[in-house]
This record gives sequence, C-alpha cells and structure tokens, in this order.
Amino acid sequence: MSVPDALAIAALNKRYSRPAVRDLTLTIRPGEFYALLGPNGAGKTTTLKMVAGLLVPDSGRISVFGHDTVDDPLGAKRVTAWVPDEPMIYDRLTPLEYLEFVAGLWEVPQERAKKTAGEVLDILQLAPHAHERCEGFSKGMRQKVALAGALIHEPKLIILDEPLTGLDAGSARLVKDVLLRRVEEGCTVILTTHILEVAERMAQRIGVIAQGRLVCEGTLAELRMANGGRAGSGGGQDSLEEIFLKVVADSAASEGAEPAGKTGRAA
Amino acid sequence: MITASSFAWFARHELRLSWRDLYAMLSANRPGRGRRILIAAATILATLHLLAWAALKQATDHGIAADLPTLVMVSGFLLLPISLMASQAMESITRAFYTRSDLELILASPAPARKLFAVRMLAIAIATSGLTLIVSAPAIDVLAVTVGPRFLLAYPVILAFGLFAAATAILFTMGMFVLIGPARTRLFAQIAAAIVGAGFVIGVQLLAIASIGSISRFEFLRSDYLLSVAPAIDHWIYLPARGAMGDAASALSVLVFSLVLFAATLLATAGQYAGIVLKAGSIDIDPGRRRHTKVSFAPRSPAAMLRGKEWKLLLRDKWLMSQTLMQLLYLIPPAFMLWHSFGAGNTMMIVAVPVIVMAAGQLAGGLAWLAISGEDAPELVTTAPVSPGQVLRAKVEAVLSAVAIVVAPLLIATAFASPVAALIGAAGACAAVLSSTLIQLWFRSQAKRSNFRRRQTSSRIATLAEAFSSILWAGATGLWVAGSFVALAVAFAVLTGLAITWAISPARIDFAARRALRHRPAPA
Repeated sequence: MSVPDALAIAALNKRYSRPAVRDLTLTIRPGEFYALLGPNGAGKTTTLKMVAGLLVPDSGRISVFGHDTVDDPLGAKRVTAWVPDEPMIYDRLTPLEYLEFVAGLWEVPQERAKKTAGEVLDILQLAPHAHERCEGFSKGMRQKVALAGALIHEPKLIILDEPLTGLDAGSARLVKDVLLRRVEEGCTVILTTHILEVAERMAQRIGVIAQGRLVCEGTLAELRMANGGRAGSGGGQDSLEEIFLKVVADSAASEGAEPAGKTGRAA
Repeated sequence: MITASSFAWFARHELRLSWRDLYAMLSANRPGRGRRILIAAATILATLHLLAWAALKQATDHGIAADLPTLVMVSGFLLLPISLMASQAMESITRAFYTRSDLELILASPAPARKLFAVRMLAIAIATSGLTLIVSAPAIDVLAVTVGPRFLLAYPVILAFGLFAAATAILFTMGMFVLIGPARTRLFAQIAAAIVGAGFVIGVQLLAIASIGSISRFEFLRSDYLLSVAPAIDHWIYLPARGAMGDAASALSVLVFSLVLFAATLLATAGQYAGIVLKAGSIDIDPGRRRHTKVSFAPRSPAAMLRGKEWKLLLRDKWLMSQTLMQLLYLIPPAFMLWHSFGAGNTMMIVAVPVIVMAAGQLAGGLAWLAISGEDAPELVTTAPVSPGQVLRAKVEAVLSAVAIVVAPLLIATAFASPVAALIGAAGACAAVLSSTLIQLWFRSQAKRSNFRRRQTSSRIATLAEAFSSILWAGATGLWVAGSFVALAVAFAVLTGLAITWAISPARIDFAARRALRHRPAPA
C-alpha cells in the first residue's frame, strides 16, 4: 500500500481584494523538510493557513496525509501542527497548563502527554519556567512555548510561519535543532522564512512563491542547475539569495505572460 | 509658529491623535464617510432637540422658578453626570498611566514630560465634559430658546464639572499609586471608576426603595421625604443648580472653583508624572507569577478542556472579571427591592424581574464575547482536531454555566416571593442569554481579551442588537409577570429583530460560502 503524500495541493486558489494564491500545485513527501520562500505578500502565509484549516480556499484541493482539508478537516488537523509567526499563547496559563490544554484538544493519552510534556519542556529549556505564567515571557520564550504546544501531540506534519523572526541566536539554534531532530524521526516540516540561510542549510527542498504562484521548486542543487541554465549566469554555484532574487524578478517581469512557475521549475 | 515640545505643540499633537481616533471610531475605520457621519450627527441632534422640546414644553409653559423643590430636583439630576464624569475621568487617567503607546518615545526624548501630562489631563477633562455637553445640549438649547438665554450658562457649569471630576480623579489615582503601588492601582482604580459611575444611580435607587418604596429616581427627587431632609434654599450646595438655571454669579463661582482646583492639582502632580509612568511600565516586565498548580493531564474531552480553560482564564484575570461582573452592580437595587418587599405580592416583581433578565443578557453578552471573540490563541483552537461545532458548544456552555451561577440565586430568592414570577424570570433570562450569545456568535471578530471594553466598537450592529434583545426580553418578561398579552407581541418583535440580525451578519455569509465550497467541482 502506497504512503500518501504528506501534503498534496492541487490547483489552489484564494482571492482577497486581489488574487493571493493562483493555481498552486505542490507536493511534499513524508519526512521531508520543505522551505517555502517568497517576497512579502507573495501568498506563503495564505497558502499555509489554508493547509492548516485557518482559511477556506476559493477552489482547489488540499490533502494532508490523504485527508482532504475540506471534506475531512478533523482527520487533517489530527496529524498537523501550526506555529504562527506571532506566538498565540494564553498569558494567564503556565507552559505546563498550556501543554495540558493542547494535549486535551488533540486527545493525547494522559501518560503519553505527561511524558512528552516533560521531554519538550526539557528540550526547549522551558522546564525551569514550567510553572510560571506566560504573561512576563519574552518573544523567544513565547515562541518556544508555542513550539512545545506543536510538539506535544507528536504531529506528522509541522507547519511553521516565520518561526525564527525575533528570536535570539541561542533560541533560534534551539528551534532549528528541534525541527531537524523531528525530521530525522520521520516528521514532515514546512516552514516559511525570510532568512534564506536557514532554508539553504536546513531544507531538503525549497519552493519559491511570487504573486501567488509557485515559480521555482527543487533541491538547492536543482535550483542552481535550473537557474544557471535559465539565466545563463554560468550558474551552478549561485547562493540561494541570488537565485531567489533572480526568480522573483523574472516572475515579476513575466507576470501577465507565460506563468513563470512552469519555466523555473527544477526537473 | 508653535515651538517644539511646548504646551501648545503637545496640545496640537494630542488633538490630532484624538480627532483621528474619534473619526476612526465613528466611521468604523472606513474612509470617506465624513459626510454620512455629519448627516447622522445632525439628524440625531435634531431628533434629540425635538424630544427635549416635547419633554420640557409642559415645564416651560408654567415657568421655572428657583424654589426648593426645583433646586433639589436639578441638583439631583446634576449629580448623575458628575458621578459619571468622575468615573470616566478615573478610567481615562488610569489608562494614561498604564498604556504605553507613545509614552516610551516621549519619555525617551528630552521633551518635558510634565507638559505632556498637563495636556493629557486637560484633554481628559474636556473629553469628560464633552459627552455630557452633547447629551445635555438639547435640553439646554430648548430652555435657552423657550425660557431665556440665561440657561446657556449651563454649558460652563458642565465644563466646570468636567474639570472638577478630572482633578479629583487625578488626586484619587495618584493617591492610590502612592498608597497601594502600581500593580494594585491599575485594578482597583478601574473597579473604583465603575463603582463611582454606578454608585450614584444605585445609591439613589436604594434610598428611594428604603424611603418611599419605589425604585424611581424621579419620584424620590420630588418626594416629601427628600424635601424634608434637604438643606435650606440658601445653602451653597445649590450653587451648581442655580448656575445651570441661569444665575451668572453662581455659574461663575462654580467655574472659577473648578479651574483653580484643576490648575492646583496639575501644578502639584505634573512633576511626578514621568516617575509614575515608569513605575507603571515596570510592572509589565516582572517575571510571570510562579504558582505550582496541579497539572495532571487527566483525560478529559476537548469540550471539557475548552470549558475549563475559559473558566480558568476568567478567574485568573481579576480586571476582566471585575469588568464583566460590574454590570451586576445594577442588580443590587432589584435584589434590595426583593428583600424589602418580601411578601408584598406581584407589584414589585414587575420591576425587579426584568432587571434580572436584562442583567443576565448583558452579562452573557460580555462573557460570550470573551469566550468567542476574545480567544487569545484562535489559531491553536482552529487547527485542533475538534469540530467547530464542538468548540462553539463548549464555549457557549462555559458562558451559560457562568451566567447561571450568578443569576440563579436571584431567581431562587424571587421564587420565595413569587414562584410564578421566578419561572417567568428564568424563561426570560434564558431567552436573553441565548440571544446575546447568538449575536456574539454571528458577529465574532477576533480580538485580544484585553480589548474587552472596546468590544462595542467592533460591530455597532452587534452592540445595538444585543442591547435591543436584552431590553426587549426584559420588557416582555415584565409584561408577562404583569399578566399582559402584549408580552407575546414584544417577544415576537425580539425574534424578528434576531432574524434580521442573522440575515445581515457575517456568519450567514460565511455559512453560505462554506456550503458552496462543499459542493465545489473537483479540479481537472
């Protein structure tokens, strides 16, 4: 029996006052670390919010480990964790109480929840603060509490929107280590980031969205090849930053003509 | 040219911010509505003037004499805006100390903070007077036209009240700051503001019930009992009333007294402003309280977790709880009336039971906003594998049980006096609570719980609909207790109003969109 894709998006569209996501098709395999990049307003967060069930698509389909997010939203949610850029936690709960609440929502068995809570609090260095209310916590601490909430129910897919923004070097390193370890254990991670170095070092595959379309996708090596071949820069060794700037500029230039996603896609 | 960092410069800055805030509030943050707002304001003012003319016509036909009954009546009615202004000023001043917004920028600059303080306090005094001036303007204008222009002196008297209220509020808040510290002042000043605001109305109602057996302020203010205990006609206590009725010397003395008090207060306190703001700010960076509560990860359903979370958050937020329960202050007079008229039959129930119903509706509206819109982690709850229906049911249950805990004792007390009235009251309270909760569901708009007091600004329709349903359910209940079949017509009117509210609510549009999506064609 074949294992379903961790995430399969087909012909996804979402429009506010202007189109935010246009005919987006994307597949992510189980156990993959995928970075979704794009300039501000490109449609990254909108896409991920639709995957997490926070926004309803205008058209198209999203499937998380075989669960359609519209037809079987609970099935999809059961295996997914969403970590927004601005950690949303309860000021008047302690981290431990927050984890108890999240575990309750995902109906994690008591013993497993207790054990996992202890582990994630330790890993994220939150154990000394486990009984303090979150109201005085720094941005980094709040982000770690939110991440702990995402890990407590051991999801198969973790979606993170700009998880490293505003974190100090130590906290950022910790979060990256935790995510890499989860991927090693078989979890699928999708993150958006403006820190291209993070995508370059951590992601197995990278997708670039511009003007709501997927304009480029592949491993770093594939992107370099595709970019070198297309832009004729003598390519092959361009940094992700250079590739990113080129594909985004190309997309803006070709907007209204042939969709850039088809031409820039790595083989 | 205005010198930077001068009093006038700060005043211009504050004026611009206040104007933009006011405009944003009136226009619901939608640009290009200036003309509509002007037309609406003019229409409302014209209507209020007409109503004032109709209400005052009889009184002005017979002339208005400054005799003792009139002075007592006017003084009584003037005390109400003073207590409301003092409450508003206390709340605004507390906010001026604790809300950071631009304070960090200004305090980090070399500009003198005492000037900013003086401007902000003056702005509070003017804003505090402004609302009362607008509300009183129709009556003042009608009296000025029909009786004589001397009644225009009521305007400076009201301004004097605003200055007086702001000065006493500054002294009170700063006194609390010194006595009980910044952390407690924030909570207690807000509670004190609400008690001061409601205190006068409740106090007069309690006195009225105890002395003349009626809850009516009007009847109490013109009662023989009050006239027999009121000070003599030449007492200074009637100066504001005389001033408002056109006596220039009285009006001037009230205004001068308030101005001197306000100026002296500013001179005495402005230098401490920066220090207080810094101390107030420092309480925000205290580490979170350490408290070893029992966390067992005991198996509970997601719905139970959601209910428990709502109660826990409410119980832990003293400010929020005080704000929510503040509406219950208005239940004191009917409760007192129940006690006072125990065994007196149905007459008192016609007044007391509707108040319980209205308070239940309003309390449910506040709690429902907290549970439904004031969710601090909405994305967490939305992404959890719990159906939206389950989430909503759990939140509604949390609201209903909290309201039941508050309202049930009053209904039980009512049952001892009149079981039938208690049953009708329970039915009315259920209807009011369900209506308020439904309206909050239909008009949910995500916000931080700390924005509780500004919830009314998110949707005017929801606020109006909630007030409409609570008042009308209360009316229907009162009529039913009185045995009138008009109660059915009123109930029908509320249900029609609710149906219209649903039809224009964002929830209906969202519901239609979700239905359409479920029947979408598969992508090619």
